[in-house]
Amino acid sequence: MIEIKDLYKAFGRQKVLNGANLTIPDREVVTIMGKSGCGKSVLIKHIIGLLSPDKGSVVIDGVDITTLDVSELDRIRKKLGVLFQGGALFDSMTVDENVAFQLNEKTKLGKGEINDRVMQALEDVGLKDMGKKYPAELSGGMKKRAGLARALIAEPAIVLFDEPTTGLDPIISRSIHRLISTTHEKYRYTAVVISHEVPGIFEISDKVAMLYNGIIEEYGTPEEIVNSSNPVIKQFITGSLEGPIESLS
Amino acid sequence: MENILRILGRWGLSVLRRMGNKFIFLIKALYMIFKPPFKTRLLLRQIRFLGNKSLLVILLTGAFTGMVLALQLFYILRKFGSVGLLGPGIALSLIRELGPVLCALMITGRAGSALTAEIGMMRISEQIDALTAMALNPVRYLIVPNIVGAIIVFPLLTSIFDIVGIYGGYLVGVKILGINAGTYFSLMKDYVDMKDIMIGLYKSISFGIIVSWICCYKGFYTGYGAEGVSKSTTEAVVTSSILILIWDYSLGSFFI
Repeated sequence: MIEIKDLYKAFGRQKVLNGANLTIPDREVVTIMGKSGCGKSVLIKHIIGLLSPDKGSVVIDGVDITTLDVSELDRIRKKLGVLFQGGALFDSMTVDENVAFQLNEKTKLGKGEINDRVMQALEDVGLKDMGKKYPAELSGGMKKRAGLARALIAEPAIVLFDEPTTGLDPIISRSIHRLISTTHEKYRYTAVVISHEVPGIFEISDKVAMLYNGIIEEYGTPEEIVNSSNPVIKQFITGSLEGPIESLS
Repeated sequence: MENILRILGRWGLSVLRRMGNKFIFLIKALYMIFKPPFKTRLLLRQIRFLGNKSLLVILLTGAFTGMVLALQLFYILRKFGSVGLLGPGIALSLIRELGPVLCALMITGRAGSALTAEIGMMRISEQIDALTAMALNPVRYLIVPNIVGAIIVFPLLTSIFDIVGIYGGYLVGVKILGINAGTYFSLMKDYVDMKDIMIGLYKSISFGIIVSWICCYKGFYTGYGAEGVSKSTTEAVVTSSILILIWDYSLGSFFI
């Protein structure tokens, strides 16, 4: 279980998180949505331990990670898999090498077994024949799929998806959502998805949280969110320019 | 007056903080050098990146430095009637000073800037965050191979620079200006000793550490976007070049 308790984070004078609270149950898919720049990625980086809060705590399986040193934090990170927004594939390695990287560095598995697992992971994400390509040769959707294969290969207990479909066309976005759903069913990980792809993301989520003004404005099942009378939620879901959320106009 | 002091104080503290961050970065990297596991394949890759790709520019710079040195030294030595000392003059200038410094400056421009840009791009595309998220230390993977690679490559390239420079000086001094070939090399043997070679070696190793440290640091902590990477690359080259010259003077005054 992941518990975010009263999290505060500011960058200079800009307050990003203002006492965010969220509980993510085991093995569920929880989507955190919010307008661009509201702090969703900042929140997810606290879970990974890439950022330290000004105040508050992040508790993973009963351990407050904000109090840990680097080696203790690394032990928690071994439970995590992360799909970064652009895939974050290593440019100097092929797709095969990227996906195999964690197994090569962190396990004593033989080359044959690693190859088998890489092939399986690439097949799961529909990139069976792309192993020898470099990231620069892949489309945006392929990079995300390769990043997903890399995130899942070590069979992590928790997988974090930072805007997995941003910049992709609707068909590929739907494919990525389906991939998250099928791999979640197969591996039964806890999934935290950062997205503003409404309503597509509701199809795969067990719960949805709306981040607004640095706090979790509302948290519930997709049905509860869709039927919410909260004007912030209503405006975000409908994409209306009128309402409490500031637009560009 | 109070405002001026406040501004000066804030600036001074900011400079100290930035210097402190750079030194902590260097110390972490140096500590990792001796802590297993060692990434030999990455080290070999970085030796190729730093060394092989800089070879041509070192050959060209070394040759022309030797040639120019021969012309200028000949002009000066002729005034004192000592043109016979051209060989040792060129050799000592290259081995003790010009070889390590010019080689370091060339590698900074050729490979150091590319190193900063590569690590900077990794930072802005979240590849460094990906390494951290995998519970792998990015300093071990990105910084250590570059520092160790530079410690190996800089003295090797400096030696090549010196040899090519001495030969360039030979071409101008002997073939064009008419110095006796035997005099050129035999007096070199008499005047150049092991101490001079070791001074050149210490300088090249320390310049290697400085360049790899600064270029890696600037890339690792780059600002966002293409502008951030561009700014970091420029700062890396300028800062490395200035530190090379300052450290060169410090070492030179120590060894004199």
